[in-house]
Amino acid sequence: MKTENQKAWFFVLPVLLLVAFNALIPMMTVVNYSVQETFGNNQFFWEGLTWFEQILNSERFHNALGRQFMFTALILIIEVPLGIAIALSMPRRGVWVSVCLVLMSLPMLIPWNVVGAMWNIFALPDIGLLGYTLNHVLGIPYDMTQDPFAAWVTVIAMDVWHWTSLVVLLAYAGLVSIPDAYYQAAKIDGASNWAVFRYIQLPKMKNVLTIAILLRFMDSFNIYTEPFVLTGGGPGNATTFLSIDLVKIALGQFDLGPAAAMSLIYFAITLLVSWLFYTLMNRENLNDYKEVEH
Amino acid sequence: MQKRSIVPIVYIVFLMLPIYWLVTMSFKPTNEILAGFSLFPQTFTTDAYRTIFTDPTWYWGYFNSIIYVSLNTVISITVALPAAYAFSRYRFLGDKTLFFWLLTNKMAPIAVFALPFFQLYSAVGLFDTHWAVALAHCIFNIPLAVWILEGFMSGVPKELDETAYVDGYSFPRFFATIFIPTIKAGVGVAAFFCFMFSWVELLLAKTLTAVAAKPIAATMTKTASSAGYELGLLAAAGTLTLIPGAIVIYFVRNYIAKGFAMGRV
Repeated sequence: MKTENQKAWFFVLPVLLLVAFNALIPMMTVVNYSVQETFGNNQFFWEGLTWFEQILNSERFHNALGRQFMFTALILIIEVPLGIAIALSMPRRGVWVSVCLVLMSLPMLIPWNVVGAMWNIFALPDIGLLGYTLNHVLGIPYDMTQDPFAAWVTVIAMDVWHWTSLVVLLAYAGLVSIPDAYYQAAKIDGASNWAVFRYIQLPKMKNVLTIAILLRFMDSFNIYTEPFVLTGGGPGNATTFLSIDLVKIALGQFDLGPAAAMSLIYFAITLLVSWLFYTLMNRENLNDYKEVEH
Repeated sequence: MQKRSIVPIVYIVFLMLPIYWLVTMSFKPTNEILAGFSLFPQTFTTDAYRTIFTDPTWYWGYFNSIIYVSLNTVISITVALPAAYAFSRYRFLGDKTLFFWLLTNKMAPIAVFALPFFQLYSAVGLFDTHWAVALAHCIFNIPLAVWILEGFMSGVPKELDETAYVDGYSFPRFFATIFIPTIKAGVGVAAFFCFMFSWVELLLAKTLTAVAAKPIAATMTKTASSAGYELGLLAAAGTLTLIPGAIVIYFVRNYIAKGFAMGRV
C-alpha cells in the first residue's frame, strides 16, 4: 500500500521543472504559430483555426498519416514476435550471454543518421553489399531509389535491424527472472513446450513486453532521421512518414502556421493511441492484483 | 540446445552484415567505393582515420558528443531518483496524471519541437553549448529514467524503508547508503538507456549547436560537401561512433542481465 503524502511533490519538483521548461515553452510557441499567419518581419496575423481545417482536409496529410500507421503496424507485427523468438532461443547462462547481449545491443548504439547512411550505402544496387547480392548474385531486380516497394522493404529491414534487439533485451530480461522451480513443476506435470510458453513464459514477460511495445510504438511513430537519410522520403513520396512531411513543410517551405497545426494534430494522435495503450496496460495490471488477492 | 543456438547466431550475423560493410568501407579510398562492388578493400588505406584524428573539427565532434551525453545522463538520473521514489512509495494529489504527463513527453515528436527549441535556447543564451543539448535531451530521458527506476523501486519491499527508520536512519542517509545500493542494477539500466538515447539522437543536438558544441553525428554531414561525397571518411567516422557505445555496453552488460532479472523491468 502506498502512503498518502503531499510532501512527495517536492521529490518530483526538479523533474517537473526540467521537463516543463522543455515541454511547455516550446509547446506554447507551437500553439502560437498554429493560429497565426506571418509574412516575415516578425509580423503576425490572427488566423483562427484555418490551418487546422486546411491540414485535416488535405490529402497529403491523410497519405502521410496512412503511411505512418502502416509502417508502425508492420514494425510491431514483425519486431515483437521476432524479438520474443530470439529471446527464447538465447542461452540462459555462461559467457555466451554476455557476447550475445553486447553484439545484439550494438545497432541500438549507433547514431541514427549513421544508421541511415550505413543502410543507404549497404543497399545501393551496384556498390552495396545488399544491393549487389540481390541484383547480381540472386538476380532479383532491386533498387530502393527507383522502386517504392523496394524502398519500403529497405526501410522496414533497417528498422528491424535497428530495434529488434530492444524487444530481445526486454523479453530476455523477463525470461531470466522466472525461477527454475516453475520449469521443474511444468516438467513434472508433463507440460508441452507450447504450454510452458503460454502459461509460464508469456505471463512473466507481459510487463516488460508492454514496455517494449510502448517504446517501439512511440519511437516508430516519431521516426525521422533514419528513413530521411536512407531515402529522403522517396522515391516520390513513398516513404514520407509524418515527421518527414512535417519537416518538409516547416523548414522546406517555411510554412510555420500549417506546420504548427500539423504538429498539434500529430501530437494529439500519438497521445490518443499511447493513452489507449497505457490504460489497457494499467487495467491488466489491476487484474493481476485482483488475482493475487483471491 | 545445439539446434536452438542457430537462431541467435543467424540474427547476430544479420546484425553484423551492415556493420561489416561500414567497417570495410572505412578502409577503402572513396573512388574505390564508387567504382564498384568488392567484398574486401583492394587498396587498403587508413587515410580516413588519419584525417579524423588530426583534424580538430573531427575529433572535437566526439568530445562534444561525449560531454553532453554524460551531462545528460548525470542530470537525468539525479533528478529521476527522488521522483521515482515518490511515485513508487507515495500517493499524492495528481500522481497518476503527472506520471502519464511525463510519459507523453517521451512521445512528443521531436521533429515538431526542433524550431521552438532553437528559439527557446537562443533566448536563454545557451545556444551552442553542451548544456543546451544535455538539458534538451532531458525531455525524453527523464520520463524514461523515472519510468524504469519506478519499476525497480516498486520491486523493493516497503519493509526495508520502515526498518531503516526504526534503526534511526535519516531519510537522506537511508536513501544514499541503503536504498540506492539496493537498486543499483536499476540505476545501471536507467543510465544505460539515457546514454543510449542521448548518444543516438541527432535532430535536437544538431538544431541546438553550431560550432562549439557540434556533435560528431552532425560533423559527419560535412562529408557531403562541395568536393563531392567522401564515403570513406563518412564510413570511418561512422565506425568510430560504434566504439563509445560498445565500451559502455561492455561495462554495463552484467547490470543489464542482472538488473532486468529483478523487479518489473
